[in-house]
Amino acid sequence: MGKKSIETLVGVFVLLGILGLLFLAFKAANLGSFGGGDTYTLLAKFDNIGGLKVRAPVRSAGVTVGRVAAITLDPKTYQGVVRLDMQRVVQFPIDSSARILTSGLLGDQYIGLEAGGDEKVLAPGETIKQTQSAVVLESLISQFLFNKAADAGATPAPAAPANGGKK
Amino acid sequence: MTNPFTFVGARTIEVLRALGHHAYFFVALLRSIPTALRRPLLVIQQVHAIGNLSLLIIMASGLAVGFVLALQSYYALVTYGASESLGLLVNLSLVRELGPVVTALLFAGRAGTSLTAEIGLMKAGEQLAAMEMMAIDPKSRVLAPRFLGGIVAMPVLAVLFSSIGILGAYVVAVRLIGVDDGNFWSIMQNGVDVWRDVGNGILKSIVFGVICTFVAVYQGYETQATPEGVAHATTRTVVFSSLSVLAMDFVLTALMFSH
Repeated sequence: MGKKSIETLVGVFVLLGILGLLFLAFKAANLGSFGGGDTYTLLAKFDNIGGLKVRAPVRSAGVTVGRVAAITLDPKTYQGVVRLDMQRVVQFPIDSSARILTSGLLGDQYIGLEAGGDEKVLAPGETIKQTQSAVVLESLISQFLFNKAADAGATPAPAAPANGGKK
Repeated sequence: MTNPFTFVGARTIEVLRALGHHAYFFVALLRSIPTALRRPLLVIQQVHAIGNLSLLIIMASGLAVGFVLALQSYYALVTYGASESLGLLVNLSLVRELGPVVTALLFAGRAGTSLTAEIGLMKAGEQLAAMEMMAIDPKSRVLAPRFLGGIVAMPVLAVLFSSIGILGAYVVAVRLIGVDDGNFWSIMQNGVDVWRDVGNGILKSIVFGVICTFVAVYQGYETQATPEGVAHATTRTVVFSSLSVLAMDFVLTALMFSH
């Protein structure tokens, strides 16, 4: 086989490799699903972010409109500060509220944005005022058990002073 | 057998010496690379011999692995009503683990053995000695181009393995079983990160390329110049490169994906 044709074959080989890489990057991974250029930043503070992760989606009415860019702790208020990368084309009123929700019973957590009615919109870098923390299953359960115990304690309670009164 | 102490001590020294010899050989090989790069055609010929000729087995295996992975994970996932996540599962298993590792194992069997046998026979036929007589360094003329060719070919083969595997999983899951087309891709795209998953997978395959080709070249060069010697060297190539790839894979995975 001539040298030229071997070079061509190796060229085809490398080209196949590059095509495979492009396939993996663009079709099978998230490169190209909105990059950094056409986004703006919003902040939101939560008392408890639960299991929220970086790159989790931000959804409004179920439509993905942004992603969580970073999660940090405010050293003064001890609240979780979540930085959101929002798509430039959608803007939200200044009185919008953010909630941390779970998709399905065991699914990933995401941020749900509910648009408010104000005419002014949130400018880049502004903080969403109204937030609702993630629901932590353990605290729900303990609250439930606590209520149960309180109910159970409430019914025999009138009997106790009655007994004490007799003695 | 003599005194057990003598036996253990002798084996220990033997292992340490082999380790040192490997390290010495590796450095010598690295130092001969600049000379080899002055004749890129030799490297290109090796990429052809190592890469192009391994293409068929790599792609066939990738397709088969993708098919089976899709079927198996479908049966497991459908119990939890999560069959849409099939694409993500297949993609991550292929890109992070199976792509680099299975490609390296196949590579050791397909290309590593032929490198060892070729170099071993060159040595047995005293071609390497003849080169040295003509003041040509066999390391830079014979070994380094093969080494470089292997390092170039391995990541390309691993990427193709993963891509073909994902396409195979797509065919089985979406076309045959009927998993939703859009969910298959979108859950995959949401869950796979280009740098963290795809990038680390490629980094792995480059490391495996270095390991496999180095073992093959070393075993060929250090073979005993007899038919049995070449046979043993070829066997050792497969055994050593497979074991080192598997061990290295654990270390790399722990380093890359722990955080």
